[in-house]
Amino acid sequence: MRLEKRNHTSPAAYVLAPVGAVVFTLVVSALLVLWAGAPVGQTYALLLQGAFGSVFALTETLTRATPLILTGLAAAVAFRARLFNIGAEGQLYAGALAAVAVGGMHGGTGLEWSPYVLFPLMMLAAALAGAALLLGPALMKARLGVDEVVTTLLLNFIMLLLVSALLDGPMKDPLSMGWPQSVALQGDLELSKLVPQTRLHTGLLWAVSLAVMLWALLARTVPGFDIRAAGANARAAAFAGVPITRTVVLVALLSGGLAGLAGAIEVAGRTSYVTLDMSPGYGYSGIVIAMLAGLHPLGVIAAGTFVAGVLVGADSMSRAVGVPTYIADVIVATSLIAVLVAGLLTQYRVRWK
Amino acid sequence: MTESTATVLRLSGITKRFGKLVANDSISLTLARGEVLALLGENGAGKSTLMSILFGHYVADEGSIEIFGKPLPPGQPRAALAAGIGMVHQHFTLADNLTVLDNVLLGSEPLWQPFSRRSEARTKLLAVSQQFGLPISPDAKVGSLSVGERQRVEILKALYRGARILILDEPTAVLTPQESEALFDTLAQMVAQGLSIIFISHKLGEVLRVSHRVAVLRQSKLVAEAPAQGTTQGQLAQWMVGHAIEAAERRPAKKVREPICTLTNVSTAPTGRDRLNDVSLILRAGEIVAIAGVSGNGQVALADLLCGVRSASTGQVTLRGAPLQARPAWLVSQGVARIPEDRHAVGVVGDLPVWENAVAERLRGPWFAHPWFRVFWVKRRAARQHAQRVAETFDVRGGGADAPARSLSGGNMQKLILGRALMPPQDAAGNSAQAPRIAAGPPQGDAAPLGGSEPRAAGSVGAPVLIVAHQPTWGLDIGAVMFVQQQLINARDAGAAVLLISDDLDEVLALGDRVAVMHDGHLSEARPAEGWTREAIGLAMAGAAH
Repeated sequence: MRLEKRNHTSPAAYVLAPVGAVVFTLVVSALLVLWAGAPVGQTYALLLQGAFGSVFALTETLTRATPLILTGLAAAVAFRARLFNIGAEGQLYAGALAAVAVGGMHGGTGLEWSPYVLFPLMMLAAALAGAALLLGPALMKARLGVDEVVTTLLLNFIMLLLVSALLDGPMKDPLSMGWPQSVALQGDLELSKLVPQTRLHTGLLWAVSLAVMLWALLARTVPGFDIRAAGANARAAAFAGVPITRTVVLVALLSGGLAGLAGAIEVAGRTSYVTLDMSPGYGYSGIVIAMLAGLHPLGVIAAGTFVAGVLVGADSMSRAVGVPTYIADVIVATSLIAVLVAGLLTQYRVRWK
Repeated sequence: MTESTATVLRLSGITKRFGKLVANDSISLTLARGEVLALLGENGAGKSTLMSILFGHYVADEGSIEIFGKPLPPGQPRAALAAGIGMVHQHFTLADNLTVLDNVLLGSEPLWQPFSRRSEARTKLLAVSQQFGLPISPDAKVGSLSVGERQRVEILKALYRGARILILDEPTAVLTPQESEALFDTLAQMVAQGLSIIFISHKLGEVLRVSHRVAVLRQSKLVAEAPAQGTTQGQLAQWMVGHAIEAAERRPAKKVREPICTLTNVSTAPTGRDRLNDVSLILRAGEIVAIAGVSGNGQVALADLLCGVRSASTGQVTLRGAPLQARPAWLVSQGVARIPEDRHAVGVVGDLPVWENAVAERLRGPWFAHPWFRVFWVKRRAARQHAQRVAETFDVRGGGADAPARSLSGGNMQKLILGRALMPPQDAAGNSAQAPRIAAGPPQGDAAPLGGSEPRAAGSVGAPVLIVAHQPTWGLDIGAVMFVQQQLINARDAGAAVLLISDDLDEVLALGDRVAVMHDGHLSEARPAEGWTREAIGLAMAGAAH
């Protein structure tokens, strides 16, 4: 068996590849559902219903999708420039902490400014905190050739320990009965609800508009060209006049900033304080979502919603039939592999002799 | 070749398709014992595919291969090696930090043998080297060898493994004329001892000189097969291209004017052997200065320096009187057109579309900046229009403006790079800047190289003042070579100073108004081309006193 490069890829292949990937994913997952002893059709129906089947299900899915879209964008912009930022998880926590530090002071001890000043300041602080966490690894990569996968990944653990220390120390909520959680945001800094009586908040609009802005930046501007060119071929980009180091710094600011905003928006829209378990791995899921979306910012919206839907739907499905929620992880992981292989097969053909 | 000569290799009806593209169309060839067969053809004619099938990298869709009377199983490089096929690639596959002996042994010993049988191997290597007149010292580090010596190691490596059929891919591309002569002597010795050789080249003169028989591929088909004796270069070229070729006419510079770029005692920090050592050079408007030399003697440093991607460690470089800044964007703004050596790795960003590559250098100037957002928002329509004009004027053909640049063939990619560098966009006010004069090149088949744009007066606003062309015709087919060379001559006549760095001596002598030779970081004095003989250049390339 060998792979041969295709000379031409038919337009139909670009449509059929993702469809084939989805079908493959459903078939593979169906085997596991059968193994668990549940009826396949009903399980998938329940999953779909639990994700999108009611106003409640849909709003829960979109609430879950909000941070996933933001971390997905963070990974997408970084990966476009071949800056492999695995540290979105840590950057998300850094942003959440910064948001609470600016907007969460209690009883008149903190900033008593107008929310019109404080809210932008809070978001800016969160973005800068996330960006600052990525800037070091990015510069070390650009200047010294230090592998950013290692540095960003390890910074996640440092960040988690720092969060833990702060939640038991200076940022601890005195009213939390000993739970490690931070002080809460001032009430008027919280994001308003998008649909009353649900958890869906205006953070979704932030995420979607940031995706559109990122798409415009990448596709329509000179810095966007720089990012794409530097990622695809840094030598050729430098020859054509792209300032490589400046571009790496810009990418670090964008990627870290987006992950930081994910943290701030989670705090302002959903939790209102920081806990150690506020992110069930949103930063890592962002990588999967970015890859599913082919690193396209608008695709990230769809991929983020898909992953959120599978996670939320699986929760409700597992309550009805006896299939563990882990099936959600299997579906997401299988779909990623299937999409990557399908993408490969649009470029290469398999010869069996 | 007489009837009694044994046939050692027989390719019968080899056909290979990649999707709709037919790369080899029913090609049948034979090779006799003691014969040199030259395989000739333009890029994309199917030479590499055919050799890859022979060597087992590809599997043919139809046809069969027979070696020494036995069928060769398809798709197994090991079987090809075992059957006695040896290949010497154009780019050497040697480890610099190992000795000659280790390089020869590498891969030829079984993996699970506890000790290397070095003394046996040394004896065998020395015997082979003596048998074929290829002197070598087994314990020298490959990194310390000259290019000619490395090639000798590559050939020895194949012979050591018992190759009886040797494929040489463009073997003279990296050699001085004298080294090439030595190689031809070696080939004669090997053939005399019964080896057979397939010699791939595009230099027509040497093809006729070394081979017994010539096979020409064109558009995937075998179009001609003839004994070398009695065949002329003109005939070969006609077979390759499909129509008669007029040789580029040497036109001397008309009017040499003021100096544009001056290098005074310039040295650069070494990267390997490639560096500049106390180089001085003056490039004047309206003149082509051609730099000859074996590659790796400082040409990369010189090109990098004038392309803004490397700075001088000592000495002065000035461009139109001002010190040269080591920034590509600055050079582009000053009217320097740069054509890099490696068009795939440096010339284009392969994953980005053709149109973005066509404007890549100009995005930072005033040309495509949006009036409200200065150098931020790209004026896409203007940029795409310019890309369209570049493609039309320079006859870039391929999948269109939105196809990834990597899908272009080498010749079209080079035309794109050339057009990007030479053709100034319309200025910010919307006035059309002057494009360099495009003369109709040699006949281009059914091509009409002039697109919508009219040839304009030369020497005008926006045209490049300095052109740095590093190996601009390397690996191109004859039509594209002519086109590129014509562009350089036209730009010179339009008043540009041109620096042409080339390994190809014919090109240096055909285009250079003044010629200088580079060796080990030193640059000889740039003398008028008439003052050089081929032999003198060859000696200077090898490092003899200038």
